[in-house]
Order: sequence, then C-alpha cells, then structure tokens
Amino acid sequence: MIRFDHVAKQYPGGHVALRGVNFELADGEMAFVTGRSGAGKSTLLKLIMRMEISSRGQVIVDGRNLARLPRRQIPLLRRRIGVVFQDHQLLYDRSVFDNVMLPLRITGHDRRDAARRVRAALDKVGLLGKERLNPIALSGGEQQRVGIARAVVNRPRFILADEPTGNLDPELSAEIMSLFEQFNHIGVSVLIASHDLRLIRRMKHRILTLDDGRLTGAGTTSRSGRHE
Amino acid sequence: MSENRHFRSWLQAHRESAVDSLVRLWRHRLGSLMTLSVIGIALLLPALLLTGVNALSGLSDGLRDSARITLYLRDDLTDEEQQTLRDSLASDTRISEWLYISPEQAAREFARYSGFADVISVLPRNPLPATVELLPADSEPEAVERLARGMADRPQVEDLQVDLDWVQRLATLMELGRRLSLALATIIAVAVVFIVGNTIRLAIESRRDEIMVVKLIGGTDAFVARPFLYTGALYGLGGGLLGALLLWLLYRLIEPPLQQLSAQYGDGSLSATASTPFPLVLIGLLAISTVLGWLGAQLSVRRHLHAIEPD
Repeated sequence: MIRFDHVAKQYPGGHVALRGVNFELADGEMAFVTGRSGAGKSTLLKLIMRMEISSRGQVIVDGRNLARLPRRQIPLLRRRIGVVFQDHQLLYDRSVFDNVMLPLRITGHDRRDAARRVRAALDKVGLLGKERLNPIALSGGEQQRVGIARAVVNRPRFILADEPTGNLDPELSAEIMSLFEQFNHIGVSVLIASHDLRLIRRMKHRILTLDDGRLTGAGTTSRSGRHE
Repeated sequence: MSENRHFRSWLQAHRESAVDSLVRLWRHRLGSLMTLSVIGIALLLPALLLTGVNALSGLSDGLRDSARITLYLRDDLTDEEQQTLRDSLASDTRISEWLYISPEQAAREFARYSGFADVISVLPRNPLPATVELLPADSEPEAVERLARGMADRPQVEDLQVDLDWVQRLATLMELGRRLSLALATIIAVAVVFIVGNTIRLAIESRRDEIMVVKLIGGTDAFVARPFLYTGALYGLGGGLLGALLLWLLYRLIEPPLQQLSAQYGDGSLSATASTPFPLVLIGLLAISTVLGWLGAQLSVRRHLHAIEPD
C-alpha cells in the first residue's frame, strides 16, 4: 500500500511542486495520475521512489515512512517497485536480455533461475525473439516493452510508470497500457503518470488529477480494485 | 543451505564484476595500457633503487667480515715480551685469527708488492716494525672498536690501525640510500593511488547513466562500486606486473657485470638478488601495487559515486 498524508514538496529555490496531497493506492489497485506538465506528477512518483523527500507530510510505502528510511535501505525499497520511464532508461552497451537481467544481477539471483525469469518477462511483453539484440535496434514501442520487462522481472509489489506512452502513437500506447493491466490482474499495484486523458478515461481505473500541486477530484472515478 | 546459497550468489556477483572489469579494460586496451605503463614505470623507480641498495649492502656485509686491526709493535721488544703478547692473543676469544709478521717478512713483502726492493736494500737498517694482523671474531663496528681500545693499552703495542672507518662510512651510505628509496617509494605509492583514482573517476563519469539506472532499480552502493574497485585493483596488478617485468629485464642486464665484479672482488657477495630472492620481490611488488590500485579506486568511489543520485 502507498499512502500520501498531507504531502507537500518544495524544491530548493522555492518552486512548490506539491501542496498537501492525500491519497491511498490500495494493494492490487491500478490508478492514473494526470495533470498538465509541471502539475507535480513526476514529483509524486519520485517521492515514492525516495528520489526526493517530502518537505511536509508523510509518504508511506508498505507501512514505512520514507522520510525516516535510512539511506542504506533505499535500495531495498526500490527493489519492491518496478519503474518504467518515458525515455526507457535502457543501457545501450548490452543486449535486451542483459538489460532485463540487471535487476536480478543486483539481487544476486542464481544465474539459471534468473535467465528463466528474464525469458518469461520478455515473453510476456512479446519480445522473446529479440533478446540477443541491442535495444538501440528496436522501435520506440519495443524499447518501452523492454523497460517494462525489466520493471517486472523481479516480481515487484508495485509498478510506477512516468509517461510510459509519451512518445508512442495511440495504437502502441493502448497496447502498452493493456500490458500494465495484465500485470495488475496478477495482483501488482500500478500507478501511472500520464497526460493522455483520452486513453486513460477509456480504462476503468481511478484517475487522480493534479492541478498546481493539489489533487482535484481524487477518487471521483469508480474506485476499482482489480480489473475483473 | 541458505548460507551456502548466499555465498554462491556473493561469489557469482564478484566473479561477474571481475570479468566485467577485465572486459572493459580490454575494450579500451590502448588507454588501459598507457595507464598501466605509467604505474609500472613509477613502481619500477623505487624497486630499482631498493634493489641497488640491497646489492650494495650485500657487498658491505662482505666487507665488514674483513674488518681487521693491525698492531704495530714497539721496536725494542724482548722475546719474552713478544711471547707474552702472542700468548694473550692466542687465548683471547674476541680474536678469530691473528698473524704475526716480523720486520723481515714485512720487508720481503714490501719488496715484492711495491717494486721498491732497492730502496729497502739501500737503507742501513730495516725501518719496518713487526706487526700483528687481527681478525676480530665479532665484526660489529662497536665490538671491533672495543677490541682495538684494549689492544692500544698494551705496552707492547706502539700504534694500531683499524680498517673500519670506511666500512662504517659505507654502512652509513647504505642506510642513507635505504631511507631515500623508502621515501621515494612512499611518494610513488601516493602517486599511484592518485593515478588510479583519477582514472576511476573518469570511468565513473563515463558510466554515469548506467550508475543512475542501477541505483534506480535498487542497486546498493556496494553493487555499484564493485566493478570500479575491481578495475582499480586490476590497474594496480597490471602496473605491478609491468614494473616487475621491467625490473627482471634490468636484473638480467646488470647481473653479469655484477657477478664479474664480485668474482674480481674475491667473494660472491655482490648480487642484485643476494638479500631478497627475485620471486619474493615480484610477489611483494604485485601485492603492494594491487592494494594501491584498490585504494585509489576506493578513494574515487567514495568521492564520486555517492554524488551520483538519480534525479
């Protein structure tokens, strides 16, 4: 579970990104965060990743107050969260397979078991045939799927995605979103920042709307748990 | 079971980091080779100086054994007085060997070695005194000095000479050389740490994106640092190997004339590898340089890796 309790974030230099945000993402829930650029979507995700610390209020992930999380435990938090970026953040000095393998190398997984998991993850995103390629040889949509495979290979409890369809055409975007839904079906909590309102309104999930650092109409859409 | 699994995954992680570092060094082999050469040549300097000092100190050890005291006896000694002296020398345990040389013997030797035989024959009487050459049992300078003082107090002895001064001077010079080379070695060691540190800093900088991604998906600081520490240690090891190779080549170059010089000197004490066998020098050099490389990487990792945080 992820909970924001009166969270405010002011950056050094005075820019206020969030002003008293309250919300809860239940286990197994899928939700969207939307709003104009600069409304605070990215800040919200960064707080969950503990890339930033709230100026006021509490961010709680699985019962732990992130402001009090010791530095050395940050990696353990991040291993529970699969993260997908708009610009993929893949490493172009290694194959697709090795990119997806990275989280398992970090956790020191047994190599054979890890290889099985990598293939399973690539299979799920439909890229099993391209594991030997360098990601630079793939299309934008395919690269994003590699990013998703890397995010889920460690079987995280949460998936966070920051504008995962930002650079994709509508058809590919819908495919990517349905991929996230599939992971949600098997119990992963999913939180996606996106400004593609047309797309996310079609999907029956809660939409959190940020406006100038404030949540407006949080939870107004049906508070769906798993997508049945 | 679980401990065994942990150990295996730990081992696997280290092996992967080591292999990864090796592969990267190979991929940038020209740059790597240059760094290795700088380290190797830097390490060669103090190693060479220390070796030279060691070789010379082997020589000075050999010379020290030849520390001797020459007693010049009074001209007017009676046979009894001479006999008393001989008896006391024979029973003195501080003396390992002694040799009495009569004025006649001295004159003959002088004639033979100097080539001035005529000079002696022209003189009305033999001007050379009887002498006794002593070889002290204990060749430590202090013991020799003490023995000499005791001898000087004897009534039969007119004068004496200790062939120790220049041996002592050589020993002092050796000490000076040893300290200088240790000082140089320390300076070079610091330099190697900084060379590796700077190289690792550049490596960290060039892999900034990767480090950021790894940190974002839950890589610990230790995981991120490990390949860089291996790279540093490999730089040290490689530089050490290169330094050792150069040192060995130089040994091969200077050993023959050194042996020759040694043979001319009479005993085989002069050798570059006399006091420390070469394999030991090699292992020492490799161990020290590997540790220095690792230290340099550690320094750099501590300063620069932690500064890279995903934003």
